[in-house]
Amino acid sequence: MSLQDVELQLLLNDMIDRYGYDFTGYSEASLKRRIENFMIKDHIPDISMLRSLIFKNPDYFRWLVEEITVNVTEMLRDPLFYKTIREEVLPALATYPFIRIWHAGCSTGEEVYSMAILLKEAGILHKSRLYATDINPQVIEKAKSGIFPASQMRKYSENYIQSGGNNDFSSYYSSNYNLAKFDKSLSEKMIFATHNLVADSSFNEFQLIICRNTLIYFDKKLQSRVLELFDHSLDMLGFLGLGTKESLRFSGIESKFKQIVPGQKIWRKQK
Amino acid sequence: MAKAEVNKGNLVVIGGSSGSLQVIIYILGRLPNDYPIPVLLIIHRAYSIDSMLLDLLVLKSNIKVCEVEEKEKIVPSCVYLAPADYHVLIEKDETFTLDYSEKLNFSRPSIDVSFISAAEAYGKNLTGILLSGANEDGAEGLKEIKEQGGHTIIQHPDEAVVNYMPLQASYKSEIDEVLDSEGIARYLISLIPA
Ligand SMILES: C[S@@+](CC[C@H](N)C(=O)[O-])C[C@H]1O[C@@H](n2cnc3c(N)ncnc32)[C@H](O)[C@@H]1O
Repeated sequence: MSLQDVELQLLLNDMIDRYGYDFTGYSEASLKRRIENFMIKDHIPDISMLRSLIFKNPDYFRWLVEEITVNVTEMLRDPLFYKTIREEVLPALATYPFIRIWHAGCSTGEEVYSMAILLKEAGILHKSRLYATDINPQVIEKAKSGIFPASQMRKYSENYIQSGGNNDFSSYYSSNYNLAKFDKSLSEKMIFATHNLVADSSFNEFQLIICRNTLIYFDKKLQSRVLELFDHSLDMLGFLGLGTKESLRFSGIESKFKQIVPGQKIWRKQK
Repeated sequence: MAKAEVNKGNLVVIGGSSGSLQVIIYILGRLPNDYPIPVLLIIHRAYSIDSMLLDLLVLKSNIKVCEVEEKEKIVPSCVYLAPADYHVLIEKDETFTLDYSEKLNFSRPSIDVSFISAAEAYGKNLTGILLSGANEDGAEGLKEIKEQGGHTIIQHPDEAVVNYMPLQASYKSEIDEVLDSEGIARYLISLIPA
C-alpha cells in the first residue's frame, strides 16, 4: 500500500470541501503512514473507495479522523518537565488571584490530570481552571471520565516521584478491576471541549498553555501559525510548555519569549 | 504540506538492536570526518544507557553526530541518531519529522518506520543496513527499500552477536549484500564520490 502524492491531495481536498477539516498543513510522512495503515486495517483497496466512503458517510469520516490523529499519551510524561513546572512555574502562577490553563491537544486527558495533581499539591487548584481541548471528540469523552488503565499506574507512580511528588500516588485514584478512576476533586476545575488548532481561534486569555507532542504533526508553516495563536492567547508573562522535541525555532514569536530553564521546553512571554 | 521535490541527495539508514552498538562504533570510527553522505541511526536502546548513547557515539566518531531534531534539514557529513521514545520519519523535502505514535515491533524508535519512510522519500538513493538484534524490526523496512530501488545490506549472521534480526530480514526479502563490520565500513567508504 503506497499512496501517491496526488491521491493524498484529492483525499485531503475532499475532507475540506465536505467537512471543513483541513489536514493539508500536517507533516506529509506521518499523515500518509496513518492513512495507509487505516486502509490496510479496513481492507480498503484504493483511494477512490476511501473517498467515496468518506463522502457518503460522516460517521466513517469521523472514524478516519480518530484513526489518523495520534492519541498516545501518558501521565507525567518526562518527569523533569513537570518538576520544572512545580519549581519554576507554579510559584509564579500562585501570585495570581485566578489561574487559567489551556491544554491544547490533550488527547485522553492524562496530561490534564497530571497538572491538576501538581496544582493541588501547590495549594492552588481551587483558584485554577483547566481548559482541555482536542480535535478528536472521542478522546475528549475519555478524558472527561478520568478513568485510565490500572496497568499504567506503576509507571505513572514512578514518574510522579521523579517529578518531585511526595505523596502516595495511589491516593489520587481508586482501582476497580483493571481501571483506575481519578478523584473527583481533581476534575472539578476541568473544562473539556473539542477545538481544532488549524481552524478555530483563541477562546480566552491564559497564564499557562501546554501543547505537547502535537506540533510535531504539523509542517513548519502550520506550527508557526499555531504558535502565534498561543502567543495571542497568553497573558503578558504567561508560560508556554511544549514537548521534548518541539521548539519556537521556526516561528515568528521566538524573540518575544525566554526559555526559563536551559534544556526544559518551557518559555515565558516577555514584557 | 510541502510540495514534494525530486530528491537527489543520498542517504544511509542503519538499524540495530542488541549487540549492534559495537558494530556501529566500529563503522563510525572508520568513516572520515568529511564523509559526504548523511547517515541516520535507529538504535533500540535500553533505558539505562539512554542519555549516554549520544555522548558515546560523539566520542567514538570522527564525523559530527547529533540527535535528530524536529523538522531539521538533512545535510551531508552528519550522523543523525534517532531520539529515545520517538519514531523518525523522513519527508520528501529532506527534513525529519518526529512521531509519537504507538510502538511498532515493541519499539520506539522503530527501524521499520524509518526505513519505510526513507524508502519513499529517497528511492534508489538510499542504502539500508540492518545489524544484530533479537527483534524482527527492520525486516519489513529492508523489503520496502529494495522495492523502491534502494540498496540493502545485512550484517553477516555469523558475525552478529544476535543473528535473529538480520536472519528475519533475509527471509522476508532478497538482500543485496551480506557483510561483516569491515565489509560494511568499506561499502560505505566506496559510496564517496571520486
Ligand atoms: C500525541 S497526542 C499528545 C497528547 C499529550 N499532549 C502528550 O504529550 O502526551 C497529539 C494530540 O493532538 C491532537 N490533534 C491533532 N491535530 C489537532 C488539531 N488540529 N487541533 C487540536 N488537536 C489536534 C490529536 O487528536 C492527539 O490527541
